[in-house]
Amino acid sequence: MGSGTDLGRVRGLGSSKEGAHHWWHQRLTAAGNLILMLWFFASLALLPAHDYPTMAGWLASPLAAVPMILLVASVFYHFRMGLQVLIEDYLDGAGRITAILLLSFFTIGSAAIAIFSILKIAFTGALV
Amino acid sequence: MATKPNANRPISPHLTIWKWGPHMLVSILHRLTGDGMATVGTVLFVWWLAALAGGPVSYEAFMAWFVDGSGAIKPLGYLFGIGLTLAFFQHMASGIRHFVLDTGAGYELKTNKLWAQSTMLVSIALTAAYWAILLKGH
Repeated sequence: MGSGTDLGRVRGLGSSKEGAHHWWHQRLTAAGNLILMLWFFASLALLPAHDYPTMAGWLASPLAAVPMILLVASVFYHFRMGLQVLIEDYLDGAGRITAILLLSFFTIGSAAIAIFSILKIAFTGALV
Repeated sequence: MATKPNANRPISPHLTIWKWGPHMLVSILHRLTGDGMATVGTVLFVWWLAALAGGPVSYEAFMAWFVDGSGAIKPLGYLFGIGLTLAFFQHMASGIRHFVLDTGAGYELKTNKLWAQSTMLVSIALTAAYWAILLKGH
């Protein structure tokens, strides 16, 4: 990083047009999470039991499967940004980049398993 | 930039020098509950969904960790169940507080303190109410 001209001092710090992107998406997904997580908590409380037939029967319905997929998308995107900030606050250099890479793998990997599981139940129904 | 920070740079005073207030606790709780749910909560959530997708045998194997044969909740079930419920309601309440602060409101000392304390009262009350409903259904 240079210390002379104005341009030299800001070069390498990233685009000036994307600063609010992270902040704004954190808020957008927070609003999504608020609705979807309250629906999820209410759904669990309203179910008469939490055994396999009840849970699989519930998730086989599109009225549960679609909001659940939306929940995974919104919540996982949100928590990836939150954990990114945690990493940026406490790690530097190569450790920071490695941690953020692992975070992305964790988020996308776990989201894929979650969405696949929801779709499997939604498309094939409860196993007897 | 992935450069090592200069060790001689002056750093801002951290947690140790400030007089404690509820706004500091809520800020720490927001991160703790968020990151706790993002790690522990995500693993349990994905495990639960995958076990459910696997069928009755794998779902029973998952549930056996948290609920015993008679349907009574085990200590691990209470630990993760109540822990994650409390984490969710705390993160939700302090998240709503952030929405209010984002509008530029609630920075007056007394108002700020009241909102910060309210998030903790609300999260404890909602967790107690939620588990009362859950356990009544059992």
